[in-house]
Amino acid sequence: MIDTGTLAMLTMVGAVVGLDFVSFPQAMLSRPIVAATLGGAVCGDAGAGLLVGVLLECFALETMPFGASRYPEWGPASVAAAAAAVVPGADAAEMARTVPFAVLIGLACAMLGGQTLVWLRRFNLTVAERYRDELAAGDSAAVVAVQWTGLVVDFGRAGAVTAVWTLVAVQARIIVMGVTPSVGTGTLALSVASAVAVGVAGGAVWKVVHTTKGYQWWLLAGLLVGGAVAVFA
Amino acid sequence: MTAAPTLPLGTWLRVFVRLFAVQGSYNYEAMIGNGIAFAAEPAFRLLPGGRGGEAYRAAMARHSRYFNAHPYLAALAIGALVRAELDGEDPVRIERFRTACCGPLGAAGDRLIWAGWLPFCSALALLAFGLGAPVAGVVGLFVGTYNVAHVALRAWGLRAGYREGLKVAAALGSPVLRKGPLHVARAVALVGGAALPLVLHRVRATQLFSTGIEIALAAVLAAALARWQGRVDGWRVGVMLLAVFVLYSVIR
Repeated sequence: MIDTGTLAMLTMVGAVVGLDFVSFPQAMLSRPIVAATLGGAVCGDAGAGLLVGVLLECFALETMPFGASRYPEWGPASVAAAAAAVVPGADAAEMARTVPFAVLIGLACAMLGGQTLVWLRRFNLTVAERYRDELAAGDSAAVVAVQWTGLVVDFGRAGAVTAVWTLVAVQARIIVMGVTPSVGTGTLALSVASAVAVGVAGGAVWKVVHTTKGYQWWLLAGLLVGGAVAVFA
Repeated sequence: MTAAPTLPLGTWLRVFVRLFAVQGSYNYEAMIGNGIAFAAEPAFRLLPGGRGGEAYRAAMARHSRYFNAHPYLAALAIGALVRAELDGEDPVRIERFRTACCGPLGAAGDRLIWAGWLPFCSALALLAFGLGAPVAGVVGLFVGTYNVAHVALRAWGLRAGYREGLKVAAALGSPVLRKGPLHVARAVALVGGAALPLVLHRVRATQLFSTGIEIALAAVLAAALARWQGRVDGWRVGVMLLAVFVLYSVIR
C-alpha cells in the first residue's frame, strides 16, 4: 500500500492540478503529461510518471475543455495513475506490466472525475442562489464570497478525488498484478497500450486539422520526418 | 473616442491576476458572470463615489449576471467593460455589448486555444519525448510554450479591450485571431505527425519489443476514428480496448 506521507503529498499535488483544470489558473498543469510526471516524482520515479503521462496525453488530445460540455478530468486521475505505475525497486519488465494498467485506471478515473465537475458547477449555482439578492444589489462582498467559495471547494474536491483515486488505483494494481502472469505480459501490454494511445492521438490530430486547407501534406510531411527519425536515428 | 483614462499600475495588476480565476465560480446559470465582476472589481473602485458608491454597485450588479466566453478572451471583454463603465457609457449599450460579445469571444477562443494552441503544445511535448528529451525538458517545454501564449493573450486582451472600449470588435480582426488558427492547425499536423511514430518508437524501443504490429494497430485505429469522427470518442474506445486486454491477461 501507499504510505500516509506520500498520499498526503499526492493529494496536495492533485488538489493543485485539479484546481488548475477549470478554476485557477488554467496553466495546463492538469494535463496528463504534467500531472502524471509530478505524481511519479512524488512517488520517487518521475520517468515512470512521464511514461504514463505521455500515454494519457495521447488520449487527452482528443478531449478539449469546450465551455460547459462534459469532459474527463485528467489532473487527479493522472496523479493517481502515476502512483499506481510506480512500484519501488521495480525493473523495466515489471514497469512494463504496471504502466499499461495504470493508463487504463487513469482513463477510468478521468471519466468518473468529470462527473464531480458537474456536481461542483451545481454546487456553485446553489451558492450563487443563496446570494442572489446581494448580487442583484451589486454587493462586492457577495461577489467575492461566491468566487472564493467556488475556488476553495474546487481545491478540496480535487484533493479528495485524488486521494480516493490513488487508493483505488494502487489497490487495484496490487490485485490485478497479483493475478496476471509476470512473464511475457509486460512487453505485450505496453505494446497494446502504446499502439492504442498513438492510434487515438492520430485520430485526434486528424480531427483537429482536417478542416484546414492542405492539412494532408503537413500531416504526411510530419509522419515521414518522424518515421525517418524513428528508423534511422 | 476620447483617450482612455490611465489606470494605476496596482489596479491593472489586481485585475490581471483575478483574470486567471475568472472561472472560479463557474455554474450553469451565470456561467463566468460572477468571475467577470470579480476580475473587474478593482477597476470599478475608481468609479465616481468610490467603492460602495452607487455607480460601483450598479456596475457590480450588471457584471455578475450571465456571461459566457472563452476564459482567456474574456480578458478582452473585461478590458472593454471596465473602460465603458469608467467612461460612463449608457447601461443599455453596455448590456447590449455584453450580450453581443459572448458568442464571438467563445468561438474565437475555442478555435485558437482549445482546438489549436493546446493540441500543438501537447504534440510538441510528445515530440520532445519521442526524441528522447529528459523528463524536465518535456514538461518544461509543454508548460513554458503553452503559457507564453496563454499569459500574453490575457495581457493583450485586457489592454486591447481597455484601449478600444465598446468598439473592441475591431480587435477580433487581429491577425492572431483571424489567421492564427490556420497556421496553428498546420503546425499541429506537422508536429503531431512527426510525434506519433516517435512516441511509439520510444515507448517500445525501451522495452525491446519491435514489430510492425503496433504501427499497424495504431494506424488502423487512427483511420477508424477519423472515419467515425463525431460518432465515437477515441478515448472511450481506448478504455474499452485496454479493459479487454487486461481482462484477457487476467483470465488467460
